[in-house]
Amino acid sequence: MAKRVGMEVAIAAAEAVALCRIDVAAVYPITPNTHIAEHLAEIVADGKLDAEYITVESEHSSISACCGASGAGARAYTATSSQGLMLMHEILPIVSAMRLPVVMGLANRAVSGPLNIWNDHSDIMPQRDSGWISFFAENGQEAVDMSIQSFRIAEDPEVMLPIVLNIDGFQLTHMIEALELPSQKEVDRYLPPFRPLATLHPDKPVSMGAYAFPDIFTEVMKVKDSVLIDSKKTILKAWDEWGKQFGRWYKPVETYKADGAEVLIMTMGSMGETASIAVDELRAKGVPAGLVKLRLWRPFPFEEFREAIKGAKVLIVCDRAVSFGGPGGPVAAEVKSALYNDAGRPAVLNFLIGLGGRDVTVENFKDILEKGVQAINKKPAGGYIFYGVRE
Amino acid sequence: MTTKKKYPEKWTELNPGCMVFEAGSAKAHKTGSWKAQHPVWDNRKCIKCGVCYIYCPEACVSRTEEGYYAADLEYCKGCGICAHECWPGAIEMKEEEV
Repeated sequence: MAKRVGMEVAIAAAEAVALCRIDVAAVYPITPNTHIAEHLAEIVADGKLDAEYITVESEHSSISACCGASGAGARAYTATSSQGLMLMHEILPIVSAMRLPVVMGLANRAVSGPLNIWNDHSDIMPQRDSGWISFFAENGQEAVDMSIQSFRIAEDPEVMLPIVLNIDGFQLTHMIEALELPSQKEVDRYLPPFRPLATLHPDKPVSMGAYAFPDIFTEVMKVKDSVLIDSKKTILKAWDEWGKQFGRWYKPVETYKADGAEVLIMTMGSMGETASIAVDELRAKGVPAGLVKLRLWRPFPFEEFREAIKGAKVLIVCDRAVSFGGPGGPVAAEVKSALYNDAGRPAVLNFLIGLGGRDVTVENFKDILEKGVQAINKKPAGGYIFYGVRE
Repeated sequence: MTTKKKYPEKWTELNPGCMVFEAGSAKAHKTGSWKAQHPVWDNRKCIKCGVCYIYCPEACVSRTEEGYYAADLEYCKGCGICAHECWPGAIEMKEEEV
């Protein structure tokens, strides 16, 4: 039976990963992922989990160790934040190209400089095109559930791709939440043992990561793209089965009071919960506001997204990263691109909020939604706004 | 049996992760044309120690019937490690003729 606990989310995420019976963990501690790294190390050192915890000297090594371990046939996990992910960057597209189902927990944190240890999404956004599946958790329960789901999806024979699970640093990782930890038996029922496509073993030699000449490289990129797009089918199936087994349902795009909403606000990760309170308060006053939460970042869920925003006149995209000198926030840029060919598309407003841990309150979201209401039936202004910047 | 193709014709024919399930398949790709220099052995100086054979990173140096050593130039990259390591100085790197 599942256990109802009050637990820090980073600790709970580590517990969930341990329930997945990983073979190898290679995690280099960095704020705010540190408690995941430490707690996993503790679980292994206490003999509660039969796994190899590789103490590495950097994140470049932690992801490389996971790459090798996964190639050898082990279920491998790593976690990091911010600068750590930047250091891993070189290896990320290699892991996905080699079809190695490594799972990473990313405690999202702003990227330097200036040095800032707090939460935003500027670490994951530059990794967008690495060929990894990318999920966002909204709360502690989702961080637990999605850690377990990630292994099942990544290791599905139709997928065999690495997954990064975004867990907002501090806002989620350091919160103590009431959540349900599934039992070992329940996780074993949901998650079958890892069956690798091949293993690195001298008795049966294989080459992984072989060289590709120009006359084959385009075909390899086509496969990589196609496999990532097709992974959505497996993701939906795995989420459906999770719902049936655990009673908690997951969708690529979640909506809250979006029916009949003229103004929709779109968030990713932990901000969804705060924004939902603002939506409640405005709805109580008769304002037609609603919320859209993007859970699946890669592959981008185009169909589900279009369905979720259907009928809205204004769509407010909240970005937690800046594309300097570019179109604004990376999420807004993708949303606009996704809507370009739709005749009845809503006006898109883009707010850059919650950068480097700047608090975003219910009042802020109400203010942003009010700005959206004012934009109904007006020519969209375009561009983007650094919300709350002191002028 | 169909003849084995050197490359898959379509992207759908690629192995997952481009894994190569056949051992020693690099042999099918002759990559020696990259080199700008090639090693030439002077067997009067060679003492048959085999240092060149051990150090060749391409594993293209092998032992001849007489016990001397020679490089397979279809794979040799002309790196010069054999010449550098050959302590009796029996190997000289010569420019490729254009």
